[in-house]
Amino acid sequence: MTSGHADTKAVLMRPAPKRRTGRGWTPALLRALLFLILGLFVLYYSLPLFVMIVTSLKSLEEIRAGSLLGLPQAIELTSWKTAWESACTGVSCHGLKPYFWNSILLVVPAVVISTALGAINGYAISKWRFPGSNVIFGLMLFGCFIPFQVVLLPMAITLGTINLAGSVAGLILVHVVYGIGFTTLFFRNYYVTVPDELVKAAKVDGAGFFAIFTRIFLPLSTPVIVVTVIWQFTNIWNDFLFGVSFSQGGSQPITVALNNIVNSTTGVKEYNVDMAAAIIAAIPTLLVYVVAGKYFIRGLTAGSVKG
Amino acid sequence: MKNLLDRHLPKIVVAPSFAAVLFFVYGFIGWTLYVSFTKSRILPKYDLVGWLQYDKLFATPRWYVALDNLFVFTGLFVAIAILIGLLLAILLDQKIRAEGVIRTIYLYPMALSFIVTGTAWKWLLNPGLGIEKVVQDLGFPDFKFDWLVDPEMAIYTVVMAGVWQSSGFVMALFLAGLRSINEEIVRAAQVDGVGPFRLYFHIIIPSLRPVFVSAVIVLSHLAIKSFDLVIALTHGGPGYATDMPATFMYAMAFSRGQLGQAAASATVMLATVSAVIIPYLYSELRRKHD
Amino acid sequence: MAVLQTSKLYKNFGPVEVLKDINISIEEGAFLVLVGPSGCGKSTLLNIVAGLEKASAGDVLIDDRVVNDVAPKDRDIAMVFQSYALYPTMTVEKNITFGMRVRNVPRQEREEALQRVAKLLHIEPLLRRKPSQLSGGQRQRVAMGRALVRRPKLFLFDEPLSNLDAKLRSRMRSEIKQLHQQFGATIVYVTHDQTEAMSLATKIAVMSEGEIIQLGAPQELYDRPNSVFVADFIGSPAMNLIRGRIEARDAKPHFVADHDGTQVALPIDHYDFERDLRADQELILGIRPEYITSGIANHHGAVSVDLELVPLLMETTGFDQYVMFEFCGGELIGRFSSKESIDVGRPHRVQLDLSEISLFDPEAEFRV
Repeated sequence: MTSGHADTKAVLMRPAPKRRTGRGWTPALLRALLFLILGLFVLYYSLPLFVMIVTSLKSLEEIRAGSLLGLPQAIELTSWKTAWESACTGVSCHGLKPYFWNSILLVVPAVVISTALGAINGYAISKWRFPGSNVIFGLMLFGCFIPFQVVLLPMAITLGTINLAGSVAGLILVHVVYGIGFTTLFFRNYYVTVPDELVKAAKVDGAGFFAIFTRIFLPLSTPVIVVTVIWQFTNIWNDFLFGVSFSQGGSQPITVALNNIVNSTTGVKEYNVDMAAAIIAAIPTLLVYVVAGKYFIRGLTAGSVKG
Repeated sequence: MKNLLDRHLPKIVVAPSFAAVLFFVYGFIGWTLYVSFTKSRILPKYDLVGWLQYDKLFATPRWYVALDNLFVFTGLFVAIAILIGLLLAILLDQKIRAEGVIRTIYLYPMALSFIVTGTAWKWLLNPGLGIEKVVQDLGFPDFKFDWLVDPEMAIYTVVMAGVWQSSGFVMALFLAGLRSINEEIVRAAQVDGVGPFRLYFHIIIPSLRPVFVSAVIVLSHLAIKSFDLVIALTHGGPGYATDMPATFMYAMAFSRGQLGQAAASATVMLATVSAVIIPYLYSELRRKHD
Repeated sequence: MAVLQTSKLYKNFGPVEVLKDINISIEEGAFLVLVGPSGCGKSTLLNIVAGLEKASAGDVLIDDRVVNDVAPKDRDIAMVFQSYALYPTMTVEKNITFGMRVRNVPRQEREEALQRVAKLLHIEPLLRRKPSQLSGGQRQRVAMGRALVRRPKLFLFDEPLSNLDAKLRSRMRSEIKQLHQQFGATIVYVTHDQTEAMSLATKIAVMSEGEIIQLGAPQELYDRPNSVFVADFIGSPAMNLIRGRIEARDAKPHFVADHDGTQVALPIDHYDFERDLRADQELILGIRPEYITSGIANHHGAVSVDLELVPLLMETTGFDQYVMFEFCGGELIGRFSSKESIDVGRPHRVQLDLSEISLFDPEAEFRV
């Protein structure tokens, strides 16, 4: 398929050869099959979101009468309004709005604090090796992987003792403590790739521990900060277990409120409201994903495949 | 004096975080472990009673349902997610122009909360108004798809939703792995006349072994911790047909007033996770030592 | 007054002894090169002098002041690293003035120092660039600029030229030498390249496995290596080493070796023995390729021996050709003019000039 020297790069860049199968599969047929399968999966992943959006825009009658996959005949935004302002999450019926703000109040400090701690910890562990630093790192790392069921009870008791039970501040504490392991991992893995000679040169230049951190390491940390912030934001916003265990009534995060709305056993099931509520809850993390997806993926693969 | 402070500064800086981890992770694990050996019910008691709680736990039918569900779910979830992830990764690796867009679509479910996913699939699988009705309307009036409320089949709905959420992630892992394969090996095989199927099955996929291991570890870990998804999708139901250790523990702790049982089940969960994670972490840390 | 002195310096990493009993002393304006194969401990020694690592035992003195516990920034030193270690997010200007900014040096003084150094190293047009935008040679100059701007008592160089290609390396070498001559700076320089050591140093310390094998001026190490190790390490191509024994011929000591069925006897009564020898003692004779020629150019009519040897291999360097001969069961390399016609396998007349030979004990490998 190549003609002459100029096409060598094209040959080398080509994927695994589709020709030479000798079984009647022409390259065109295989390629078509490829796109078919890819397309089917696009449908597979998009379907639930599509259905959610479409359902949220229909009236209840239309939902019952019509088809799951059908487009709304007339776009009705009332369920969105209900979801936001008046849906019932148990005893109170204020919609998702107050809980949305709870989540914001929770996420912002938790992300900032856990990221900052992760940064300075990762720096200290990777560039200032002290006896036991590997053990400490290992212990912190293992802490990320435990099933949190095993700390739920003592945490509930502790929060009660220090008067933070059922509050957003208590949740912030929980998320920071259990997020430190991952944030430290991210920063440590990133800083390990920075040459040690940089630290030596800075020491000779007269900079101390903090000066080297703020003036040399932080400026080059943008990629890892972005990855860490996105990772933490997504995990904390999407968390349910800690939210449902440690918050009550007014201080619940949005995931708990969503679950309450959807699983409320009173009255008629308002599927459109449920869907609208789910989408509202999903928007922040989806937005982050769409805007900075590349970093999100980097975080996923770094955090789990030995970064 | 200043020199002394300087020398210990790194330790001082890490100390608070480490102390927090020691207390909130290992201290708490210790507490839970301890309580699992006590008679605690609504309130924790601190007199040790040996294996009482564990005996009781493993004599509880509901616990066996949870364990059974865990194995079924984990096995299917991991296997199917890996299959789909690998397939999609191989397909996407074929120099597709729209790769970026397609990849974004495959991965977005990972950005969602399991509650959102559970809610969405609960609706999709709604017997009467969901997929069942769609297929019936298409001309199959006898089609039944009420797995969601069928005690025997409900667990498979959890698998479906879980796979939907996580397979994109597996795809990302495998794609990264595929991309890091040495081009020259592929070229050598091509020169040798190896056809594409052979190429993949005998050369490329075996060299992805580390990725398989990582994927299995991460997915198993996710599976063992499953709580949010089950709560949102089935709430452990119908009855407790889709109960998992995580939901079992939660029920024992916060609605049944059986702290001892909750502690015991949590400890079993920890042991299971440790068996999977510790060997993995150990080998990873040793490799990162240089 | 010694600018730098180490006294009985030892360093262990756990059970591994990396430095053993290091004693050096250099005066102002000296250019000491620490040279040796990888793992010999030269970089560790440099790091200890810099204060980046602590010795396990012994003292480091800078300007007669014990600095064992003094931080690098207070030792009045500057360091240039193999990988340049430039701060990647800062411009060249900021890189060079970083140390001064940390010490709160007033702006005026910083500016002056910066301009002085930039002019000296010809890096004025690069001041606003970042390291990623510079070539290897430019980065090296910036790294030197960062060191020069401090005007320290002692400059430390850790294999600064290893990452450069050959041509650039020789150019930067002359620049470093020029700087040394211009400023009379006191320098400690680490390299594994003996050519660099020979051309730059006023004093060389050849190291191996944590010890200093020989410390002295380049010419001294070249002409009178104190061991087979040094003899082999210094000089390129390496010194020829031949095994044989001492025997009396005509009542005079000769070096005798078996070659091609017969014996070759080389007179050595002119040699300056440092130790006493037994009769019939085994020896290793060292002779450099420059002293093995066709005999046309004679080194001040010294002691020489003519032989007919069979060439095995020739390598030309343009002006010279190095010819490998078969000799005494091994090989002998000599230096000939590339204009001479020499063929493999055809015996050729070879003259061995014995005025600058070295003799070594074969077991302990020290000079006799």
